Amino acid sequence: MSDITRGGAARLASTSRPAAAVGTTTAVRTTTAAVRAHSEEQHLPHSPEHVAIWCKDLAFRYREAQVFDHVSFHVHHGEFVALTGKNGAGKSTLLKLIVGILEPASGEVLVFGAPPKKQTESIGYVPQHAGFDPAFPIAVKEVVGMGRLSGLARVLRGQKQEEIDWALEQAEVNDLRERRFSALSGGQRRRVLVARALVGHPKLLVLDEPTANMDAASEKKFYDVLARVKGNTTVLVATHDSDFVSALADTVLCVGQDVEHPHSVHRHALEQADHAPEELYGGKVVRVRHDIELPDNACCEGKD
Amino acid sequence: MNGFLQALANPSVPFVRNALIGSVLAAFLFGILGSLVTVRRIAGLAGAISHTVLGGIGLALFLAAKGAPKWVTPMLGALVFAVLAALTISAVSLKAKQREDTVINALWAIGMSLGIVFMAKTPGYADPMSYLFGNILLVTSADLYLLAALTLSVLVLVWRYYRHLEAASFDEEFAATKGVPVTAIYLALLLVIAVAIVLLQTFVGIVMVIAMLTLPAGTAGYFSRNLAGMMVNATILSLIFSVSGLVVSWHFDLPAGAVIVLLAGAVFIAFAAGKLVAGKRLTRSRL
Repeated sequence: MSDITRGGAARLASTSRPAAAVGTTTAVRTTTAAVRAHSEEQHLPHSPEHVAIWCKDLAFRYREAQVFDHVSFHVHHGEFVALTGKNGAGKSTLLKLIVGILEPASGEVLVFGAPPKKQTESIGYVPQHAGFDPAFPIAVKEVVGMGRLSGLARVLRGQKQEEIDWALEQAEVNDLRERRFSALSGGQRRRVLVARALVGHPKLLVLDEPTANMDAASEKKFYDVLARVKGNTTVLVATHDSDFVSALADTVLCVGQDVEHPHSVHRHALEQADHAPEELYGGKVVRVRHDIELPDNACCEGKD
Repeated sequence: MNGFLQALANPSVPFVRNALIGSVLAAFLFGILGSLVTVRRIAGLAGAISHTVLGGIGLALFLAAKGAPKWVTPMLGALVFAVLAALTISAVSLKAKQREDTVINALWAIGMSLGIVFMAKTPGYADPMSYLFGNILLVTSADLYLLAALTLSVLVLVWRYYRHLEAASFDEEFAATKGVPVTAIYLALLLVIAVAIVLLQTFVGIVMVIAMLTLPAGTAGYFSRNLAGMMVNATILSLIFSVSGLVVSWHFDLPAGAVIVLLAGAVFIAFAAGKLVAGKRLTRSRL
């Protein structure tokens, strides 16, 4: 695939990069390193403290199944990254490794140069929350208030109130603050969880399939919220649709798409999707070229 | 009611006053721990812990009859078994979630059977029924001191760590990313529940403990706005159920524990049915 890949990457670089992606991802450098041997030591182009996420030679397995093996990649400050892959490929697992809920079997994940567990203030996590119990009595303001937690430190009444107000505004859920969480629509609930993650101005926002089972209108509103966050905050969002991702995305990382290396994470190219109907996807989208793998330093031009 | 009040004031029947004080203290535990058990959906787990307790009681009675030292009491046996059951279940649920319900039911059955076997082999008279259903009128002053200490500790812990308990119950993953020690909280909760079950079963009985950990909190869940409200409402409900149950059982000469649970059960079913009817009406009006 190397010739096609390099040719394709070059073409993309010169002509058809989507407008949204040009700003931060920069042009794709054609390089002979496009196809890397997975067994060899992988070199990352930056030191961990210069990037938002730094992942080196990561391996992880659940008791019976290998999920990741020799995974290396990095994400720059302020970048908007879409993480795609089929169900069960390991997207959620990768996110949990990045936010520190899971520990790698070997290798390293560093967030802003430190282990995720030491960066709880810098990370805002929006889990799938699939086990949500509709009978749990809780109001929106209390859910968002959980964003104040830091270890077992005491949480006082009214503490960080401005931050909570700001987060509610950012996620457009201020008018819902007194409502019961279980009485909200799916889209509203997701935005409340984003507000909760935004309390404390995290430098990295990690979202696990936030728009699953959402109608296009809610999805649009949701991405409007993310558009507001983009730039100041590094965003990593897992998405179930692996052919198209939001045009907000600067970079796309694909989990387990390589048949030969199913436990890997690859950087794939993006191209403008002129014919994708916006009303179907809740906003502008770009197409993911799974046939074009980019080198890990494809995002680095113009960055230290 | 008059007869009950007279009995309360009568110093020659202190057990009525003890029963009332015990009910008040127990109401806090039932309300607070019951709310946590309900929102975390671990009622089955609490059921298993409380039934393994019978095994510990049986073993202690058996050993005592065979000449074991005096400190081998049914309470100690109950405590050891309850803590072991809590640790076993939490280990299984943390390590292999898919086997959790099997282990819970296995412990439930094995614990009870052990208790029955030991009691059958204990010389003299040991009636499993008295441990299953308890007798609130048999509560001693020593029981009350222990119960008061536990109630106070639970109140202090919940007051101090309310936000952490709320977050860990609502969304464990998010809480973990904020550095909340969710596993430690889960373990601590199970251990406190185990100790509470041991203390409460002496006068409410094993079967009743489970009913009172679930019914008042379940009822409160229908109209409470948040977890704190649920705890307060469930405590008030427990108090109403236990005191009115005591009065009714005194008046009609019925077993107190069973009357209390029947009252709690009736109110819970009424709320559940009301919610069901209201929900149906709402969907119909939307159509």
